[in-house]
Amino acid sequence: MTSVAAGSVRRRVIAIVVAAAAGALFGAGLLVSGMTQPAKVIGFLDVTHGWHGWHGWRGSPGWDPSLAFVMGGAVAVYALAYRRIRRGPAPRFADRLHLPTRRDIDVPLVAGAALFGVGWGLGGLCPGPALVAAAAGSTTGLAFVAAMLVGMLVQRAPARDRSRRTGSP
Amino acid sequence: MSTALLALLGGVMIGGAAALLLWAHGRIAGISGILGSLLPPTLAPDRGWRLAFLAGLLVAGALGARLAPAAIGASVRSLPLVIVAGLLVGFGTRLGNGCTSGHGVCGLARMSTRSAVAVATFLATGAITAWIAGAGS
Repeated sequence: MTSVAAGSVRRRVIAIVVAAAAGALFGAGLLVSGMTQPAKVIGFLDVTHGWHGWHGWRGSPGWDPSLAFVMGGAVAVYALAYRRIRRGPAPRFADRLHLPTRRDIDVPLVAGAALFGVGWGLGGLCPGPALVAAAAGSTTGLAFVAAMLVGMLVQRAPARDRSRRTGSP
Repeated sequence: MSTALLALLGGVMIGGAAALLLWAHGRIAGISGILGSLLPPTLAPDRGWRLAFLAGLLVAGALGARLAPAAIGASVRSLPLVIVAGLLVGFGTRLGNGCTSGHGVCGLARMSTRSAVAVATFLATGAITAWIAGAGS
């Protein structure tokens, strides 16, 4: 019995360590990618950045398209892994895959994404990079994360009265 | 290394991290969802992996910024605008059930129509906002 209990504890510890490692790799990837630099993010989102007239088919010389490679690289790796993992055995530390099941395109999806985009284009930070910047001690990062937490709480406040919504993407 | 190569390398690391979480815990690596479900009124029962994932992210941020301080860019906005941006990002990502990671990385890779619509929407409003607000203060 003791060895079984010890094995179970060990398994739970490893599960937590692996989750932390995934988070650390995610954070390191954000730092390497340039997503934690608001000026770079805004320079990417603003496709007219540095535009002073026609510069040929390559577009405005001030526009920095490099951040498109972040999503490109991440999606490519995840797409390959997802196909393998979905066909494979159950997750290492869970009974099954917990994947979003909703398929409907509704107003909250579009309105929420639209508001998020406005905040991202204004501040140059999305949730992951904001947490990384806050952990680095950046005043901007800390202020952004504090406001972001308030925004999250405010959005879910009416849910106390309604039925619970799932938080899956 | 060019910024495009660094962006690609960073993207591969992000995709690998998200894949590791799916393989180990069967979960989508969506930062706004992981963070938001730790807040009231949700208070997800499975807090262990969520807290561990976020702790890893924060430790990477704290350590990485010491090793490469330039990786954390200076703010381009005044503090009031940063706070407005943070409020919109927090509210919008919970209303739309995802952000750049959940919809952008995991959702697009799973060929989710909801995520494709969300990504097209936040890229469009992000581009318009960045264009109007400009790169300065």
